[in-house]
Amino acid sequence: MNRTTSKRTVIENKDWAVEAHGLVKTFGDNRAVDGVDLNVRAGTIYGVLGPNGAGKTTTIRILATLLKADAGSAQIFGYDVEKEPQLVRQLIGVTGQYASVDESLSAMENLIIFSRLLGLGRTDAKRKALNLLEEFGLMEAAKRPLKNFSGGMRRRLDLAASLIAQPPLIFLDEPTTGLDPRTRNQMWETIRRLVNEGSTVLLTTQYLQEADELADRVAVIDRGQVVAEGTVNELKESVGTSSLHLSIQNEQYMQEARLMVERVLNVQSAVSTEGGKITAPMADADRVTDLLITLREAGIQLAELSVQKPTLDEVFLSITGRKTSLEDETSATSNKSNKKEKLI
Amino acid sequence: MSNATIKALNERKLRDKSSFRETVRNSLTMAYRGLLKIKRTPEQLFDVTLQPIIFTLMFTYIFGGAISGNVQNYLPVIIPGILVQTVITTSIVTGVQLREDMDKGVFDRFKSLPIARIAPLAGALLADTVRYTIATVLTFTMGYIMGYRPEGGLGFVFLAGILVIICSWAISWIFAFFGVISRTASSVQGISMIILFPLTFLSNAFVPTNTLPDLLQWFVKINPISHLVTAVRQLTNSGTIGWDFTISLIGAGIIVAIFAPITVRAYMRRA
Repeated sequence: MNRTTSKRTVIENKDWAVEAHGLVKTFGDNRAVDGVDLNVRAGTIYGVLGPNGAGKTTTIRILATLLKADAGSAQIFGYDVEKEPQLVRQLIGVTGQYASVDESLSAMENLIIFSRLLGLGRTDAKRKALNLLEEFGLMEAAKRPLKNFSGGMRRRLDLAASLIAQPPLIFLDEPTTGLDPRTRNQMWETIRRLVNEGSTVLLTTQYLQEADELADRVAVIDRGQVVAEGTVNELKESVGTSSLHLSIQNEQYMQEARLMVERVLNVQSAVSTEGGKITAPMADADRVTDLLITLREAGIQLAELSVQKPTLDEVFLSITGRKTSLEDETSATSNKSNKKEKLI
Repeated sequence: MSNATIKALNERKLRDKSSFRETVRNSLTMAYRGLLKIKRTPEQLFDVTLQPIIFTLMFTYIFGGAISGNVQNYLPVIIPGILVQTVITTSIVTGVQLREDMDKGVFDRFKSLPIARIAPLAGALLADTVRYTIATVLTFTMGYIMGYRPEGGLGFVFLAGILVIICSWAISWIFAFFGVISRTASSVQGISMIILFPLTFLSNAFVPTNTLPDLLQWFVKINPISHLVTAVRQLTNSGTIGWDFTISLIGAGIIVAIFAPITVRAYMRRA
């Protein structure tokens, strides 16, 4: 990475909206971010996927100049987040997982204040606020104090506030957590439209489906480290074309059956949380025949067998060896940014 | 807006630092936000409305006879004293509210905007001068109702009010600093009271100092609050601008010069 970011390197680097190398951030004993590398091409949607407490929010806060990294470097369109934070701030919009808007003011007042802070004149600020309220369907609620806003309305206002300056890079930290499916779909539409208008979006999510729907490329992050990176398809291919789901009749043979699956298919398997179901990536369909024969010879009777197209769930599973449902466990040790989630 | 496209990167003019004009502009916008908040939650003005009324009544009638023989003679002594004490106590709220405000998500947005770093703080402090003004006006009004007729005249009373507001604004930077470095709003309140209580009472605000023990007299004389009280008394009671007036302003300047930078730095570090 070119350390001396002069104007010239900016032009050379403008293909890359985000370049981060070896970011580290510790909170006490907790290495929230532990050597994260991220490269986001301009004009794309990049998904950072991981369970609660994986370090997603901390990473975003470092990139958005809200937090100083303990080690590593990051450039936004070639500008260093630590050395030129004020320049970086002119290129980004940040929407946190908790609403970063003023609770005691109305939607209109919020947008006017942010517009004024961004240098718009009195009338321009008002016009901008009205336009954004209209665009995000918040017109009727414009004058109401935010205390009475629903979670979805708050998120929309939050996103609207990030778009005032039409920044070329937008950070969305879990933009749809806690939203109902309809509002979530609206949010997805908005995000797609932003990219069509030329923005770059870096979003974090716990939802595999969301990354699947939106992101051009995905980084899977776990315990502060990027454990996989690529396009959604690449990631899916990495775990095989499909996955095999087995339930057996007598659960006491569970462990035995699982070992057979792993031995015969030569892959890592997992047991679903409800118990009763073994999941394993199916790289070679032929081997399943061998597996079935092995199981019958061992006298293990099957209750159900199915083959499923890969989902990012399996990607996560095969990479980390853990189900994403471990989320709740890891969130207990997660950093302070999580406490803000309860505001939603 | 929806059909607007994102401006190309090389068309954007990026500025490295906020100019002085922008800093002032940003701060004024933040002050506007503070005023809107006061308008939305007028109940937060209870303290600045009730305290001047209750304290003025209470102190005047309790101490008046004992200290000055009667209430009427005590008024020129107590009204400037109580004015300084009330308004400066009000400035603690600035630190407390700043702490509460900073815990909210909206401060993350302020930090991520390309605005002057000092603006969110300066704006909050500026908006709070409204509170000081209310307290000042009410204290003088209470005094007037109770029979206080300042001999300096209205102009000097006005000047005295401005002086107290400026000094309280300066002192509020100290509490803003506590607000930024403390973890909870109640600890800001606690720390600030411990500092302010002795400062306001170990001064010439309520009693003549000549009966005090030597050590205490020494402290009262160097106490900046005493100088401010004296300056206000000189203005309201005799219409003179004395040395104490200058000392008060210099003191206010020094406080801002020290605490504004360290507060901003602490604020940025706590990002």
